[in-house]
Amino acid sequence: MDLSFGPEYETLRQAVEAFCQRTWPAAGGTERERGIAWRKQALAAGYLHRTVPKAYGGGGQQPDILAETVIRRAFEASGVPYRASAQGTHMLVPTLLECGSEEQREVYIAKTLSGELNWCQGYSEPGSGSDLASLKSSARLDGDQWVINGQKIWTSNATVADMMFGLFRTEASAAKHAGISYLLLDMRAPGIDVRPLRMMQGGEDFCEVFLNDVRVPAKNIVGKRGEGWNVSRATLKHERMLIGDSAGAQMMFAGLVELAKRTLRNGLPATRDPLVRQRLAEIEGYLAAQEYASARMLSAIAKNRDASVLPEMLTAKLTATNIGQRIAKLAMDLLGERGLGEPAPDEAEMGIRRFTDGRWVSQYMMSLSTAIAGGASNIQRNIIGERLLGLPRDQRPAGH
Amino acid sequence: MDFALSEEQELLQETVRSYVERECPAALARQIFDGDRGPAAKLWQGLVEIGIAGLAVPEKFGGAGLALLELALVAEELGRGVVPVPFLGHVLAGLALAQGGSAAQQERWLPKLASGEALGAVAFGELVPSAEGANLIIAARADGTLAVVEANAAGVTIAPLASNDRSRPLARVAIPANAGEVLPQGNLARLRDAALVLLAADAFGAAHRLIRMSVEYAKTRQQFGQPIAQFQALKHQLADMAVEVDPARGLWWYAAHAYDHEPADRAARAAAHAKAHVTDRAQQAARDAVECHGGIGFTWECDVQLWFKRILFDRQWLGTPEEHRERIAQMSAW
Repeated sequence: MDLSFGPEYETLRQAVEAFCQRTWPAAGGTERERGIAWRKQALAAGYLHRTVPKAYGGGGQQPDILAETVIRRAFEASGVPYRASAQGTHMLVPTLLECGSEEQREVYIAKTLSGELNWCQGYSEPGSGSDLASLKSSARLDGDQWVINGQKIWTSNATVADMMFGLFRTEASAAKHAGISYLLLDMRAPGIDVRPLRMMQGGEDFCEVFLNDVRVPAKNIVGKRGEGWNVSRATLKHERMLIGDSAGAQMMFAGLVELAKRTLRNGLPATRDPLVRQRLAEIEGYLAAQEYASARMLSAIAKNRDASVLPEMLTAKLTATNIGQRIAKLAMDLLGERGLGEPAPDEAEMGIRRFTDGRWVSQYMMSLSTAIAGGASNIQRNIIGERLLGLPRDQRPAGH
Repeated sequence: MDFALSEEQELLQETVRSYVERECPAALARQIFDGDRGPAAKLWQGLVEIGIAGLAVPEKFGGAGLALLELALVAEELGRGVVPVPFLGHVLAGLALAQGGSAAQQERWLPKLASGEALGAVAFGELVPSAEGANLIIAARADGTLAVVEANAAGVTIAPLASNDRSRPLARVAIPANAGEVLPQGNLARLRDAALVLLAADAFGAAHRLIRMSVEYAKTRQQFGQPIAQFQALKHQLADMAVEVDPARGLWWYAAHAYDHEPADRAARAAAHAKAHVTDRAQQAARDAVECHGGIGFTWECDVQLWFKRILFDRQWLGTPEEHRERIAQMSAW
């Protein structure tokens, strides 16, 4: 048992840190342009998307989860813009690698990895959430074009995305799951109307997307007609993606301790209050469990022994959700009446890492979104019940 | 990074697991729980024969020379099977002597502990598990040192206590203040940390098993014409039990690893976290398990109570989660 990464990875860490120091911060251009230019350098160096084939702009290397973790941590510590839109890099690219045509891979993958192409995901609809396969937005083939009509919702980044990948009903007479195709849309095509939705804390992140006779080339289908459901699920088998890093939650916990220190109770810092100390220590216990569960997953996956850490993998999302909510609730309890003020606009945006009072108010609400996005907590409980505990599948109404 | 067990550690754990499955099925654990202590001695003898008594005793004294992580892996299996053996006190007594005993004390006691010829117990306070039948007791003194006391020494009294966890019955032990010999390098706080990790591992094994027992019950019990496992309310309750317990394995693994390889203050903190977190999660899983079993779950006849009470011991003995969380707060820069 060894929790250090060892000399080989220590050398890698130093090389990545030196690379980051040499290349960032960069000068010139807009923030977006600087980010794209930096990611192109990191892709060429083999540090970013290292397992994507070289022909499509990746590093062409064998999977090595330890190397990936060392690199990601070095990137995080250096503040480099290594993340392009996750919908593109983590959902579309693996899907194209698995099911896309050669032409689609050549046209889209490299530009997606660098962030030149931003993607949004057109899955959910007003009437189709957890029961996604009931979706109604349709695409009809008219000569060499698909004609698309319908509405998508909860579409993150739709205002800035260049392209959408989405699921559309193309086979009206087929059974539910068999009638769906996976299509790629240019977000600038006529007939697309994007309306941002305001979230409960005030910020804007996701949108409604209305589609009225939107025309898309026939070749923009990934996989065959009627196979879209399986295409969209193809990437789910790579469950390695589910591994959360506990670094984000630990950073937030450090912010929580800082909030407790600057909050007075009975004239003393709240960190002297026995009740607050209990709650902090309990959350820290959850965080420590999460950290070592991650370490177990990393070690097992590096040796291709994924099955030995199935419990950790299947519970990772719910664990992360629960921890985020515990942190946010304690923060609100510490704020007391200071929590009554509405967050300022910049405090209500996603991904801000400054822990002002207003930011915590915002976090109190935003922490709910992880219980819903990417597989709601009750859906997670179904998956855990069925796949980890071997409980029977839910009985569904006929035809579902 | 290799936060995983070595092949030898996996083999050890599998050996103990298969021994427990073979020799201590639930029916036997129940028979012993209900008062027939006879088979318990045979169970312990079997574990002695596969080397468990001397696992962490240095090789030169006839042990295997292993460390707390290996003991914790065994504790997980004993918890999983509610195995009624004096493992906890015995291996802790061995650790105390190996860490802090004089050469003469080690020469005298460690070979006998490793071979199982002598049985050890540890008195952190008044309530001592498996004190009855012990030959030597490692006793905590008020000044934070440890002493080795022979159980038949003058003034030592051992009064059995009707204990909730009958798989590890307690006794009230009174030891005169200056009885026995002090261990020159004895360290009470350090020995206690080792105990906390073993309790966490035991509780994890017991809770893990209880969740699986509840799953099996839900798959067999029929109501409204179908197995109750088919009802989503129960399915989600069982999933939540797994979410709380299953990912906590690394926490006590790490606490054991830290005890063996990292500075004592880091190890102390990790041990406190393991004890507080795992036994708290296990307690809730045990309460939920009773609920999942319905009316039968609340009866003496149902085996759930054996595991429920095993976890109760692990949680209550040597400090509740609240006490350890306050210690964690004191060890932090909060």
